[in-house]
Amino acid sequence: MAAQIFSAIFVIIVGVGGCVAYFWGANKLLDTIFPSRGVKGGTAIDNLRRQGMIRPWLFVGPALIILTIYLIYPVVETLRLSFLDRGGGNFVGFANYEWAFGDREFRNSILNNIMWLAVAPAACTFLGLIIAVLTDKIWWGTIAKSLIFLPLAISFVGASVIWKFIYEYRGEGQTQIGLLNAVIQYFGGQPQVWISLPFWNDFFLMIILIWIQTGFAMVILSSALRGIPEETLEAAVIDGANPFQIFWKIMVPQIWGTIAVVWTTITILVLKVFDIVLTMTNGQWNSQVLANLMFDWMFRGGGDFGRGATIAIIIMVAVIPIMVWNIRQANKETGGH
Amino acid sequence: MASPTGKSFGSRFGVHIAVLVFVVIWTVPTLGILVSSLRDKDQIIASGWWNSFASSSQTEAGRLPAASAQAQKDGKYVIEGNIFGDGAKRNISAFGVKSAAPTQYPAGSTADLGDGVTLQMNADGGFVLSSPNVFEGERGQRVYYASSAPPKFTTDNYRTVLFSEGIGRSFMNSLTVTIPSTVIPILIAAFAAYALAWMRFPGRALLIAVIIGLLVVPLQMSLIPLLKLYNGVGAFFGVPSKTYLGIWLAHTGFGLPFAIYLLRSYIAGLPREIMESARIDGASDFEIFVKIVLPLSFPVLASFAIFQFLWVWNDLLVAMVFLGTEGDQIVLTAKLNALLGSRGGDWEILTTSAFVTIIVPLIVFFSLQRYFVRGLLAGSVKGG
Repeated sequence: MAAQIFSAIFVIIVGVGGCVAYFWGANKLLDTIFPSRGVKGGTAIDNLRRQGMIRPWLFVGPALIILTIYLIYPVVETLRLSFLDRGGGNFVGFANYEWAFGDREFRNSILNNIMWLAVAPAACTFLGLIIAVLTDKIWWGTIAKSLIFLPLAISFVGASVIWKFIYEYRGEGQTQIGLLNAVIQYFGGQPQVWISLPFWNDFFLMIILIWIQTGFAMVILSSALRGIPEETLEAAVIDGANPFQIFWKIMVPQIWGTIAVVWTTITILVLKVFDIVLTMTNGQWNSQVLANLMFDWMFRGGGDFGRGATIAIIIMVAVIPIMVWNIRQANKETGGH
Repeated sequence: MASPTGKSFGSRFGVHIAVLVFVVIWTVPTLGILVSSLRDKDQIIASGWWNSFASSSQTEAGRLPAASAQAQKDGKYVIEGNIFGDGAKRNISAFGVKSAAPTQYPAGSTADLGDGVTLQMNADGGFVLSSPNVFEGERGQRVYYASSAPPKFTTDNYRTVLFSEGIGRSFMNSLTVTIPSTVIPILIAAFAAYALAWMRFPGRALLIAVIIGLLVVPLQMSLIPLLKLYNGVGAFFGVPSKTYLGIWLAHTGFGLPFAIYLLRSYIAGLPREIMESARIDGASDFEIFVKIVLPLSFPVLASFAIFQFLWVWNDLLVAMVFLGTEGDQIVLTAKLNALLGSRGGDWEILTTSAFVTIIVPLIVFFSLQRYFVRGLLAGSVKGG
């Protein structure tokens, strides 16, 4: 263990030192090859121009190399692999895609993903908005927000254990140690094995994500609400609008852009949802989703990279519209700065 | 902000209640595992954690010793002993001999079992079974009893998971993975962000668009090619393919788009005059970056560091693909996932392990919430 700590510290020093040495050294080298100080006017200007051409690439170089290896190349390679067989040796055309759409488990995953997409982002955004509006009105709102925000720091695995404990089932008549079944039994209901209930189990898994992500929606929307000019709200109050009218007709339209951003951010997260399903059910009882199915195929029976890559491509296709929208928004905002 | 509701006492009261309900729903689950992790492991399964401050009471079944244990006493045949044997003593409130009426007799009383057979059971578990005739048979008398144990809190669970379940080891592994994965991207991203914000070069706009696009590329797209690459590199050099170096670089790569995006939008917003006056004084881009931009960017660097720290610490997918699902080097999240499989019903292990995995993020989060929120706002209001 001590060796491990030392090696970690060593790596931090080498990694950070290496980065510093690279940036400093490359910069120094450039100044030495094309000196701009202590040379004649014409040469100095020429050298300055050359420096100006090269230096940006020294700065973005390391980032560019890492991005290429870890993100850009894999995107292309995954697309290629999706047309190859399990070992990646033979071209199989669209066979993997045909397999996918004919496979019962895959279709079930798509269906579940659609259900997640329909419920989870909407629920997070809606609850986040409600809590943001309510907490703005009370003196202990900041504390309340902190506490609701807290699950955002908890890992999906940790949250899954937390909720698995809540959903814990004991036979009827026994002492229930799971909170949900205890409450149900207290009111005379029938305890259930929540995570294996067909169809409904998806919702019990979604609750975990909603529990985590509502805090995110709340913080972003709360800051957007603060941006609404006070005069607008006061004018509405004077005009006799009731709280619901103010909420729906004044607040919501004003922060519509932010709502869209929160919604899409959570949508992307939901498309990739993996940890919760893996730890709660591992796809049993018809709760499979694409990301977990892909992980499964990466290692199932030694791994089928063709099918795994195909599933990844399908997740990617779902993200592309959001990606295009994002780039457009960013271009509009920066005006090509 | 003006308060649209809250004119009457009633609606103000309603708001307080509503927020309170939300707060309770959002905190009770975490409280549950915290309380359970500190309870005695027998009590966790005997009563709900919300009852942990009350004595836990449960009805159990036991069997008295068989006929071979009998002794003759005052002309009667007697079997004596304690229902708990040498184990921990609990307090018995009632007992019975039929499963339909397990608490028929209060503790200390004598039950008449018919044919002159009597059974007396005391609160401490001591019993006397006596009969005018010889006891026969291989199996002893079946008894039921309701026992209660006083609330018991302990840190034993923590000792167990940290030192014998391997959570302590995984905790170190998580730190080993997380710290370099947080530090390495910062410098690389900061230089790139400065270049993209303040230096002019062909292809800059395209590069920015690519990075914004990469922000949302699902991690899943990278996993298989990188796994193949790592296996290939490992086989070529004859080194293991699942190494800390591999996962550090992977997390660096996956964190870079967000890092560059976040830092660029902050650095681009720094006042132009400062840069220009420094340039007029003859400072090079490198000097401007190191002496002016880096110090001014401290808040956003802190924001990113917290983000990346939480993301890497909480990550399961990358860790399972690049470090594996078992062995000595796996991180906390992977270990917790493995325990869910192997120790499925052992809630004292699971709740305690879960609490160990979430304690570090919670501390980071609470102490640095300001920076975290700032990063969240800067990072998502514009992009995603």
